[in-house]
Formats: sequence, structure tokens, C-alpha cells
Amino acid sequence: MSTLIIAEHDNAALKPATLNAIAAALQIGAPVHVLVAGSGCAAAGQSAAAVAGVAKVLVADAPHYGAQLAENLAALVQQQVRADASCTHVLAAATAQGKNVLPRVAALLDSSQISDVTAVESADTFRRPFYAGNAIARVQSGDRIKVLSIRTTAFDPVAARGGSAVVETVPAGPDLGLTELAGREVVALERPELTAASIIVSGGRGLGSADKFHAVLEPLADKLGAALGASRAAVDAGYAPNDYQVGQTGKIVAPQLYVAVGISGAIQHLAGMKDSKVIVAINKDAEAPIFQVADYGLVGDLFTTVPELVSSL
Amino acid sequence: MKILVAVKRVLDYNIKARVKADGSGVDLANQKLSMNPFDEIACEEAVRLKEAGVATEVIAVSCGVAGCQETLRSAMAIGADRGVLVETDAVLEPLAVAKLMQHVAVKEGVRVAIFGKQAIDDDAGQAGQMFGALMGWAQATFASSVKIEGDAAIISREIDGGLETLRMKLPVVITTDLRLNEPRFITLPNIMKAKKKPLEVIKASDLGLDLAPRTTVLRVEEPAGRQAGIRVADVAELVKRLKEEAKVI
Ligand SMILES: Cc1cc2nc3c(=O)[nH]c(=O)nc-3n(C[C@H](O)[C@H](O)[C@H](O)COP(=O)(O)OP(=O)(O)OC[C@H]3O[C@@H](n4cnc5c(N)ncnc54)[C@H](O)[C@@H]3O)c2cc1C
Ligand SMILES: Nc1ncnc2c1ncn2[C@@H]1O[C@H](COP(=O)(O)O)[C@@H](O)[C@H]1O
Repeated sequence: MSTLIIAEHDNAALKPATLNAIAAALQIGAPVHVLVAGSGCAAAGQSAAAVAGVAKVLVADAPHYGAQLAENLAALVQQQVRADASCTHVLAAATAQGKNVLPRVAALLDSSQISDVTAVESADTFRRPFYAGNAIARVQSGDRIKVLSIRTTAFDPVAARGGSAVVETVPAGPDLGLTELAGREVVALERPELTAASIIVSGGRGLGSADKFHAVLEPLADKLGAALGASRAAVDAGYAPNDYQVGQTGKIVAPQLYVAVGISGAIQHLAGMKDSKVIVAINKDAEAPIFQVADYGLVGDLFTTVPELVSSL
Repeated sequence: MKILVAVKRVLDYNIKARVKADGSGVDLANQKLSMNPFDEIACEEAVRLKEAGVATEVIAVSCGVAGCQETLRSAMAIGADRGVLVETDAVLEPLAVAKLMQHVAVKEGVRVAIFGKQAIDDDAGQAGQMFGALMGWAQATFASSVKIEGDAAIISREIDGGLETLRMKLPVVITTDLRLNEPRFITLPNIMKAKKKPLEVIKASDLGLDLAPRTTVLRVEEPAGRQAGIRVADVAELVKRLKEEAKVI
């Protein structure tokens, strides 16, 4: 048995989500191999080799892996699994990147995929939420190669250092030439990344405009050293960028403290944040469903209570 | 150019799923079932491509029980030209759905397939990418804008931290994200028109495909519930409790 992890990285270093996926892989109990496919990605390969618990790092370095596009990457993973008769599990973190690539890998292997694994019970039995987290399934995979995407919030990351895995170069697969990256607009964050933050301040439609979203919430996020998040309604209305969306169909977060401001608490929003350690809700509607999951609820107008909160911190 | 749109019938998004007492699954009896919201967005996009003269025909396809015909009628009310039900009473995993969609796509000779990014019942997020793998097509998941000109597609997609733009050659599979479009309101005249559009039924069991689930659901449970906490009187009490009780700031 062995487990292959598809690493997420920027050619220089691993993305933190991969450390959570490795943690899940270690619970399966088989040796953990990490595939680093990229362009000029030797440094990322070295950083994977330093991760605690990793047995082997496989580096596939070629220009056509530079953009991390799904078609070439999935074909490479398939080739890698075929080349290693011991491989029984293929894992990736359930990030936007993992969600894009992994189902394509599964179909190439004629395996089903188990998405958003939150617990590893044995090498073939796992738990996963569905129906927006309102039901949890215990499932047993009968596939020869088990393909799992890992919900990062359910597994504490392994240490990024302390390991000394062997690094092997593996041959690149062909460039299928199906897709070309024309551009990428990634916003440089001055704040912690949403899925890695220990405190999140999240705003909803109650903020009323993009200007007010930023004017009211940023001082609070600054004081708390927090990441900013949003409800779907706030994103749809253009108050916040798309990737701020927390929820069933956005990002899943579980910080130490989640402050929901002007958010009603729809099922789909709760699905993304109800595993937070402490939840604070600020809402002028005492009946808002968000209060049913909040540890501390403050009924009041956010435009007065949030500035007051900022000045008392 | 023909477009295939995958539409799934799911528990309506306004309804909170209830786990059956015997742990065998989620109770769907007498519940409102609707088209998966991401698939409405997929239909809308396909119909817009037809209205723009890019597509010649929009074929909505659903896999499942006879009741999915209702979902296909909704797709036709949005503007799909016809519907195909691949009928089965068996449980279908996304891999099986992808195989059935492959069958229809090959038979119909479609060049673009649009799926939702995720079905809100199983929350799997797989079928579109799996279909792409089986067809050997280019894929653009989580699309937030789609432009097709001749044989070329330019698609923006949501990624962690922002957006990326892909340039691809048809055939392609696209999965929709929430910001791709806002589906039109379905009008009564269009519901009436949809009733007269062709709807073909194919039996999944006649296709000779391996559709058996690979995963056994051992048990379905309620999530650990979260107790509502307390209401604080004012900001001062909130700060005090966060510092002294919760110790998170
Ligand atoms: C397929 C699908 C997927 C979805 N996915 C997601 C998802 O991933 N994440 C998500 O968040 N939603 C998602 N939604 C949307 C979800 O159903 C809700 O519509 C959305 O979460 C509502 O956002 P909101 O709470 O900001 O807005 P509203 O429900 O409009 O709530 C605004 C709140 O602000 C309060 N308020 C207003 N003014 C003030 C004030 N001055 N002071 C204090 N409080 C004030 C109001 O009392 C109200 O409770 C999805 C929906 C669908 C159909
Ligand atoms: N039974 C089905 N019938 C039609 N389309 C489906 C079905 N299951 C999944 N799909 C399509 O695949 C998308 C992703 O579904 P899933 O992989 O189940 O999350 C959905 O949004 C639909 O477009």
C-alpha cells in the first residue's frame, strides 16, 4: 500500500493545504508519497521532502505543468499511479485546485471519488458531510485505487519541517495541448488567507455597499489580525471579491473566532463556518438564524456596534 | 454546434435535509425537489449561447428516476430545445453520471457540455470533470464568464485568491459557478411551450455500462449539533466574555 498526494505549490514552496492532506494520508497508515508537478519546481520538491512523515517526493518538472492545468496534471497522476503497483490511495486537499484536478484523475483511474473527507476511520472507511453539512455519511470504498479529497479544516496540518524524504525525478507526461492559460489575476492579500486564519471577520448584505463593507469591517479585522470573509449575498452584490465567499459552495473555514456581521445565517452559509471554535453574531434582527449557532450574539445595528467594538479592543 | 446541459433533480435549496431515524439516508419523502441551482445557471448560459447564434441546439440531460422529467421540463422552460432522460431507479455516483453523459454526448455529437460545479445534495463536485476525462476534452471548472467564437473558447474561472482565464479549443466541458449569470425568471407561456418540446427517455440499463456504485454508505448521521450560546447586552460584555471566557482575543 502507498498513498500519493497531489501537492499544491507555487514552484517555490508547498501551499499550507497540502500539509492538512498529508495529515489525513498519515492516518491511512501507508507510506506517503508526494507528487510535485511544476515548472522549475525543485524548491517546492525540497520543501515537500522536509515535511514530517513524508516517505518520498516525486518531482515532475516540465513547462507544461507550470500553470497547473487539470488536463496535463491528471494525465501525469494517472501515469504515476500506473507506474507504482503499490499505490492504493490518491489524495488532494479540497481546495479550488484540488477540486478541479482530482475528479479528472478519479475518472481516468475508473475510480469513484470521495469528496471532502472529514475523518479517516480505516484504509477504506471515511466520513464526509453532504447536504450542506446537515448529514454526515460513513462510507466504505470498494475501489482498488481510492481517490479522496480532504477537507482541510478537519485535519491539523503536519509539521512543515523535520522530515527527510527521498526526492526522485519522474518523467513528465506528454503535453496534451488542450488548454492554455491566458492570464491569472490573483489579489495580493495584506491579511491572513481565509482558510488559514485563526480569526475571521465576515460581512453580509447588512453592510449595504462595498464602501461600507470595507469602511466598517477593515478596522475590526486590523485590530484582530483577522482575515475578511463574506456571505454569498455580499459577494453577489459586489461588496467583496468572489473568493471571500464562505459557505457550502464557497470556502469552508473553522477559525478560533468567526465574527458574522450583518449575516442572516442561511443553511448554505452555516455549512461553511459552523465548525468554528467560537462564533460571534452581530445582527439587528433578534430572530436571525445565525443566533442559533452563535456562542455570543449581539442584537444591534452593526454601524454603531462594530465601531464601538473596534474602539474597545 | 450542439450543447449538452446536465441537470439534476435535488432537494430544494430552501429545505434543510433531515436524516432518517434508521441512519439509512436523508428523508426525501414528500419534500420539494427542484433543479440543482448550478444547473439552472448552466441552462441559462447554454440558452444565451444559442440566442447569441453560437449554439444551434441545447439538449438538457438528466439521469435518474421518472420524476426527473419535471426537471427537464424546467430546463426547456428556460429555453433548452429538448430533453433526454436516462432513466434508472438505481443510485448513481458522479462517475456513473459521467459515463451516461458520455453516451449521450457521443450519440448527439455535442461540442460543448455544461455541468453545475456541484450538486447541492451529494456536494460531490465531480461529474463535469469526470466527463471531461472520459471524453478527453479540455475542462474549465467554476466558470464565471464564457465566450465562444468559432472553435475557440475563452473562459474565466474562479480560483483561490482570484480569477484565471483559459484559452481553449472546442470541444470543452464547463462547470458553472454562482457568478456566471443570473437565470431568467420562468414565465407561464414558456412553461406551456416547454410541455410541447420533445423529451426522449433512454433506459440506463440498456446501455451496457458499469454503473454500479463503488462506495457503500454504511450509515448517515446527523452532524454534532451546535448549541446556541448567549445574548450579550452590549459591546462591553462581548469584549469581556471574548477575553475572559472564550479567551480568543
Ligand atoms: C446554490 C446556492 C449556493 C449558495 N451558497 C452559499 C454560500 O456558499 N455561502 C453563503 O453565504 N450563501 C450561499 N447561498 C446563499 C444563501 O442562501 C443566502 O442567500 C445568503 O447566505 C444570504 O446572505 P446574507 O446573510 O448576507 O444576506 P441576508 O439573508 O439578506 O441577511 C442580511 C442580514 O443583515 C442584517 N442586517 C441588515 N442591516 C443591518 C444592520 N444595520 N445592522 C445589523 N444587521 C443588519 C439583517 O437582519 C439580515 O439578517 C447559496 C444559495 C444557493 C441557492
Ligand atoms: N443525476 C444527474 N443527472 C444530471 N446531471 C447530473 C446528475 N448528477 C450530477 N449531474 C451534473 O453534474 C454536476 C455536478 O454534480 P456532482 O458531481 O454530483 O456534485 C451537477 O451540477 C449536474 O450538472
